[in-house]
Amino acid sequence: METKNIVLVGVGGQGTILAAKLLTTGLMEAGYDVKMSEIHGMSQRGGSVSSLVRYGDDVQSPVIEIGSADIVVAFEKMEGLRSLEYLKPTGKMIVNDTEIFPLSVIIGVTTYPDNILDEINSKVNLRVMSASKMAEELGNPKVMNVILLGSIIKSMGLTDIDWEAIIADNVKAQFKDLNIKALQAGMNAV
Amino acid sequence: MKLLLTGNEAIARGAWEAGVKFATAYPGTPSTEILENVATYKEIVSEWAPNEKVALEAAAGASIGGVRSLCAMKHVGVNVATDPLFTFAYLGVNAGSVLVTADEPGMHSSQNEQDNRNYARHAKVCMFEPSDSQEAKDMLKEAYAVSEAYDMPVLFRMTTRVCHSKSIVDCSDRVEVMDKPYEKDIRKYCPLPAFARGMQVKLADNFKRLEDYSNNSPFNYIEDNGADIGIIGSGVAYRYAKEVFGKTVSYLKIGFSYPLPMEKIAAFAKGKKTLYIFEENDPIMETEIKAAGIDCIGKEKLPAMGELTPDRVRKALLNEEAQIIEPNPEMVLPRPPALCAGCPHRGVFYELGRRKDLMIFSDIGCYSLGLMPPYNATDAMICMGASISAGHGVQKAFDIKGDHSKKVVSILGDSTFFHSGITSLMDVTYNKSNTLTIILDNRITGMTGHQQNPGTGYDLMGEAAPMIDIEAMVKACGVKNLISIDPNNLTIVEEAIEWGLNIEGPAVIITRWPCVLKKFSAQDNKEFPTAFKMVATVDVEKCIGCKKCLKSGCPALAFDRANKKSGILKETCVGCGVCAQICPKQAINVEVR
Ligand SMILES: Cc1ncc(C[n+]2csc(CCOP(=O)(O)OP(=O)(O)O)c2C)c(N)n1
Ligand code: SF4
Ligand code: SF4
Repeated sequence: METKNIVLVGVGGQGTILAAKLLTTGLMEAGYDVKMSEIHGMSQRGGSVSSLVRYGDDVQSPVIEIGSADIVVAFEKMEGLRSLEYLKPTGKMIVNDTEIFPLSVIIGVTTYPDNILDEINSKVNLRVMSASKMAEELGNPKVMNVILLGSIIKSMGLTDIDWEAIIADNVKAQFKDLNIKALQAGMNAV
Repeated sequence: MKLLLTGNEAIARGAWEAGVKFATAYPGTPSTEILENVATYKEIVSEWAPNEKVALEAAAGASIGGVRSLCAMKHVGVNVATDPLFTFAYLGVNAGSVLVTADEPGMHSSQNEQDNRNYARHAKVCMFEPSDSQEAKDMLKEAYAVSEAYDMPVLFRMTTRVCHSKSIVDCSDRVEVMDKPYEKDIRKYCPLPAFARGMQVKLADNFKRLEDYSNNSPFNYIEDNGADIGIIGSGVAYRYAKEVFGKTVSYLKIGFSYPLPMEKIAAFAKGKKTLYIFEENDPIMETEIKAAGIDCIGKEKLPAMGELTPDRVRKALLNEEAQIIEPNPEMVLPRPPALCAGCPHRGVFYELGRRKDLMIFSDIGCYSLGLMPPYNATDAMICMGASISAGHGVQKAFDIKGDHSKKVVSILGDSTFFHSGITSLMDVTYNKSNTLTIILDNRITGMTGHQQNPGTGYDLMGEAAPMIDIEAMVKACGVKNLISIDPNNLTIVEEAIEWGLNIEGPAVIITRWPCVLKKFSAQDNKEFPTAFKMVATVDVEKCIGCKKCLKSGCPALAFDRANKKSGILKETCVGCGVCAQICPKQAINVEVR
């Protein structure tokens, strides 16, 4: 099988790393060769972060080349726009309908554009998710990441893997049910 | 058992499997998680050292003392540790010892891109270079066997991609290796010139033997695909080559990379029409292979800087470029890291940035961001500890020139002070300098992800530890003018800076307030009972939309352009009060959450 490429992007603190961890664990247990690459240096909150996940029969490079991602999942709109170049022309982008202002906007020297989704939509196959809102409805804004994970699983046709077991093994017992609900909500939303 | 591990986790696992009993490091991206993971194995005594030189010396000592030891650091850390490294190579080991260097092709979070494979050659130690997590674990175990069989410390080159990428690792059990008896042997352990000459000869002999090892090592292997194009590759660059060329070329994979397996290389090169060298950063293999009279292509075609990622390889060798979808560049706003909401460094940089009469020599840590807007405070940085000593040099130059338009302020964090600020501060007092030093004590090593340090009261294993008193240390360095302040009170910060600048001679300000992301200890709870338990709100009636509060650069602030009023994100704000003190209309209130 040809290697598949999934890109998760967001802002530090949004939970991309946990989502990628659950995803790669499930892929490994399903028998795929898996590689994942993350660049995280500075510990401050608020910088751009990305996790690159690759799976297939035999994966060599841990990085995903520009123009080659099957799917890009952006936890924040600007990060989605920034990551367009990862997508291959037939790829799909999922964007969480959330804005986090970079410092230049906060200090008033730039403005956050209001037509990011239109811009993305005009160029690629876009699916907008209100994952942050859905997470709040589930009672915990933090599970936004697992909702988006659900959308990846569905979009990539990975629903056969026992994700509930993966979640049970990797999150604290008291959050297990909540996370499973979040995962299902994400799968149902795409 | 198969586990999905990062390269750093795999090294920790490999150390455990190899029977390592002592490990030490100073944190630094991308190496930090090695020791954090080693510390989870109770069989290994794990320590944070105050700096890399100290760490390597401790690891050398443990080896001499008779147990296998591991030492890890980022690439620039090895610069700090070179003094012991070069002579440890002469002494050799008793029990095996490995030094992991985590290099940074691409400079994702470092100040330079130095290639530490050069150190293997310079210090005369052998080297392994894994290309993924499985190899990191397997090679680390082999490195201990090599270290003991060839009587030398082994340098182990990781790179950011190998450190921070996850791949599947087949794990095994720990092998309990016998501790080595310690026997006094001054000819082995005392490099007086008379003995060192003998050591030099022994080292050269061991290297001769290592050439055979390299030619026969299972980590240097040929994958013959019957092609007349050959690629010799090391580290992750080999993976990138395979990603691009698959089975269309033949490979010689180099895992044991110093000394190079020259016989194997010559045999592989034979009959190849074209031979490419895949290595990240400097043309080291290329130079040595060319010097052996073997024709090959390296950096004349492939990039000599940054990573050798598949897209760059395709472009360089195949002239192929991916079809990419580009966003409207005008819409894409950069998102650089920023000081966290409630960061205790904020008030100091706000005040420093307002003055024009300062030359600010900063250091490496979260406070490096003081050079960015809105503070625009910092003038220069070099390496850890240099804020104080290089600042001293700048001040001397100003004094020599009789230029009094600016005075030097040196600024660094607690971990950096312990790392290499103390000797620099002695330079300032001893040489009668006239600088102001600000030590930002946020009770933790922030930038690298919150490691304990000698001032925090805890060690790497999570046990209580003696707390080194920075004030007492500063006084012991001969500083007479010293104050400790709360950095969240802007009036106090401003007055302290003014006080320090007016002193003839060295002055030190210590700010003491914890990092927002620090996990509080019992001592922190007692000392900072109100910290991060507050929240600020904007009174829109009073706010005149002057945007002065935005000069704090706090990511919890959001200016509402439509209504021309400031706003505060309740979830992000921790109520440090800095923005409230800047507001000229007292429109920001801070209350208990
Ligand atoms: C020689 C060397 N070792 C390690 C590092 C990695 N490093 C960068 S900043 C830093 C520590 C910062 O801690 P501190 O000075 O306490 O400042 P904070 O980030 O907490 O504000 C370290 C270890 C480095 N840059 N150079
Ligand atoms: S991690 Fe700590 S020291 Fe670093 S920016 Fe955040 S609050 Fe400041
Ligand atoms: S009080 Fe002001 S400066 Fe401090 S965290 Fe809240 S918004 Fe930021």
